[in-house]
Amino acid sequence: MPRLRLEPRAQTSRLATYLSPVLAVVLTLIGAAVLFAILGRDPIRAYQAFFIDPISTFYGAGELGVKSAPLILCAIGLAIGFRANVWNIGAEGQFVLGGICGSYVALFYEPTLGPATLPVMFIAGALGGLAWAAIPALLKTQFNANEILTSLMLTYVAQLLLNYLVRGPWRNPQGYNFPQSKIFDGYAVIEPWISGTRIGLGTFLALIAAAGGWFLLSRSFLGYQIKVIGLTPAAAAYAGFSAKRVTWFCLLLSGGLAGIAGINEVAGPIGQLLPVISPGYGFTAIIVAFLGRLHPVGIVLAGLLIALSYLGGEAAQISLDLPVAVVGVFQGMLLFFLLACELLVRYRVQIGQAIAESAA
Amino acid sequence: MSSPGGSAAEAPRLELRGITKRYPGTVANKNVDLTVMPSELHALLGENGAGKSTLVKIIYGVVGADEGEIRWQGEPIAAHDPASARRLGIGMVFQHFTLFETLTVTENIALGLDDQRDMRALRRKIVETAKRYGMALDPDRYVHDLAVGERQRVEIVRCLMQEPKLLIMDEPTSVLTPQEVERLFEVLRRLAAEGCSILYISHKLGEIMALCQRATVLRQGAVTAQCDPRRETSASLARMMVGSEVLAVKRPAEHKGEGEALTVTNLTMEPDDPFGTRLDNISLALRKGEILGIAGVAGNGQMEFLRALAGERLAPSADAIRFDGKPAGSLGPAGRRARGLAFVPEERLGRGAVAELSLADNALLTAYLDGNVGAGMVKTATVRNFAGAIVKDYNVVCAGIDAEARSLSGGNMQKFIIGREILQKPRVLIAAHPTWGVDVGAALTIHEALIRLRDTGAAVLVVSEDLDELFEICDRIAVMSHGRLSEPKRVADTNIDEIGLLMGGEFESKEQAGAHAAS
Repeated sequence: MPRLRLEPRAQTSRLATYLSPVLAVVLTLIGAAVLFAILGRDPIRAYQAFFIDPISTFYGAGELGVKSAPLILCAIGLAIGFRANVWNIGAEGQFVLGGICGSYVALFYEPTLGPATLPVMFIAGALGGLAWAAIPALLKTQFNANEILTSLMLTYVAQLLLNYLVRGPWRNPQGYNFPQSKIFDGYAVIEPWISGTRIGLGTFLALIAAAGGWFLLSRSFLGYQIKVIGLTPAAAAYAGFSAKRVTWFCLLLSGGLAGIAGINEVAGPIGQLLPVISPGYGFTAIIVAFLGRLHPVGIVLAGLLIALSYLGGEAAQISLDLPVAVVGVFQGMLLFFLLACELLVRYRVQIGQAIAESAA
Repeated sequence: MSSPGGSAAEAPRLELRGITKRYPGTVANKNVDLTVMPSELHALLGENGAGKSTLVKIIYGVVGADEGEIRWQGEPIAAHDPASARRLGIGMVFQHFTLFETLTVTENIALGLDDQRDMRALRRKIVETAKRYGMALDPDRYVHDLAVGERQRVEIVRCLMQEPKLLIMDEPTSVLTPQEVERLFEVLRRLAAEGCSILYISHKLGEIMALCQRATVLRQGAVTAQCDPRRETSASLARMMVGSEVLAVKRPAEHKGEGEALTVTNLTMEPDDPFGTRLDNISLALRKGEILGIAGVAGNGQMEFLRALAGERLAPSADAIRFDGKPAGSLGPAGRRARGLAFVPEERLGRGAVAELSLADNALLTAYLDGNVGAGMVKTATVRNFAGAIVKDYNVVCAGIDAEARSLSGGNMQKFIIGREILQKPRVLIAAHPTWGVDVGAALTIHEALIRLRDTGAAVLVVSEDLDELFEICDRIAVMSHGRLSEPKRVADTNIDEIGLLMGGEFESKEQAGAHAAS
């Protein structure tokens, strides 16, 4: 009976390695065209509405920077962890905790702190995300608990905590009983840096994080240890690198960056604490990290592309009358094609059994 | 062509014609012809990487050949896989055993048979078969309780149950003591006398000269010679295998070291793996300026001992392991490196080096204390110089220091790792199986490098299963068996037979060694 087998390739082509994300994007676009056609929309017009129209204005192009900032911030931290085989899946929860802790400062200490409010908010946000990520780090290093499960489960705890706060103690007393905090004002608000857009501190921080991530991975000894631990744990043990230390570092770093992304979102584009402060940035950042090949430069590009899919999804709702779920479908297709391309770069498909080779 | 035990007209049991097998980037077998007659003890000889394993896998149907023909008793075989190979009567004992540790001998053998349901009859048959060939084997014991030699017997009995006409043995003696090797040869000779052909794969010349009637020599995938090994010398066989004159290491004058560089005192450690070996009260004094060898059959605690020495597992007390008289048992690998310990692990890729990283990056793996890292940053230029120096000094054949580690041959990668460790000027070097699977030329380079290091006054500990290697380069040899370590013997005062007996576990408990180390 013929069957399919995967055989590792002796040599993986460097060119193919870099082209595989590009190919994945092309395949996703083809898939999207098919999807649009099935839904009865003209694919060309849909493409335009999805990918061109959102950024055809100055404001729209700026939105790309705004939407990509949280994705890039989260993805840089996650990618560094993924390089070391530390699988933080809970950036979403760390993002939420960052938003909560930063908001605490904004809501209760803005009058006292004055101009220092915003910096303290960001520090609190970073510490919040970091503390949330410290729980899986502790469980992993002390009890060898799988960080994929613990970090993911903590995400739901964080969301419930946020829900409780905005419906309970932090609800705006003048807010007609809506589950919302009061709107940030004074020093607690991030002003746009470029007028006519909403580009501000967040975009800048995302680029700083990308540059820092690149420096860490390519120049520092810690980055070298991260790479060795990820590629060959036994070699790291032989060399005397501490896997526990690197686990702590990666989780705290990615948690901290997700926390910064969270408070930036609340203090910038949103302006108050809501029951939902993220359209899944923390999860989507996983796609961004892999689409960017776990490389900071790639992550910036991938972050822009995925941000475009968010913008396009919103535009498609309005002009094409498509459901918002189309964004999730689009991102899912992208991840699927990305993983498939990745696999086929490293393996080749053999049809039939081993003996079929000798029959020729 | 003479054919032992048969007339010239008799069809060969196995005949390969023009077998070629290509893998991406390399040709494993080039137009190989091989003829094995009934009752023949036929050696397949070649260095590691010469293509022996690929050829055997083709015969056993594990991989298919790209070109060529396989004939079995004169008939061509078209489609071929391990199951059909077994039906034809081809049995194979792999170098790495394929037994389930948690099952008994009988259960393991039952799993290998296609149509065996009656366990009691099978058990009886196992006992009979083992007895007929003079192999002691208890069918009810669990495999994880068996020594390596006994496990091999299980594999052999499993093959014999199917009454094979051709038995393939892939490097069977690498896990046996010299005495066990002799017993194995008895079994093989007896099988051959009963009409079974044996295809015996090895790179050990002495064994082939003692056992086989014909030899086919492979070099770089092609047959370079066919001969009667009984009429050859080890030098002439080595020449066929390597393709050039083989130089032996000049045995150095015994070096009188002063003082002890590394002492281990009454080290007892439980294994962290349920099938690991318990280290039982090990004591050892390694002197400056000597090479001390640790012989032993694989799986007798060498791996556990090496991990304990390297600091990957910490000793129960700091005093159990001392460098230069100072306690080091509670230091991790990095702390021990800082004290001047260097370590060559048994696996090249996957422990000693990272396959996907460049040689330059691999140079940094253990040399991070040597001025290659400053203020947390990698000093790229310094590291690259260091990698360049290793490649140059140790004659590492590679496409440059940016080549990935996995692109190097085993021998060149091993030279690189040895070079990396020695160029850091260690005071104690521990090398595990330093020339395992390495070609003859690289082995020579490595042996010379170890001796040079010793002559600078460093202490060298070599753990190896290759007794010839240990006798070639060591000043003293100790033996590890069942997690215990024998008193080291001066090489001049001992011989292979004595070490072989020790490898079989015939030595007293180590009160003596403890007293020695303490003195």
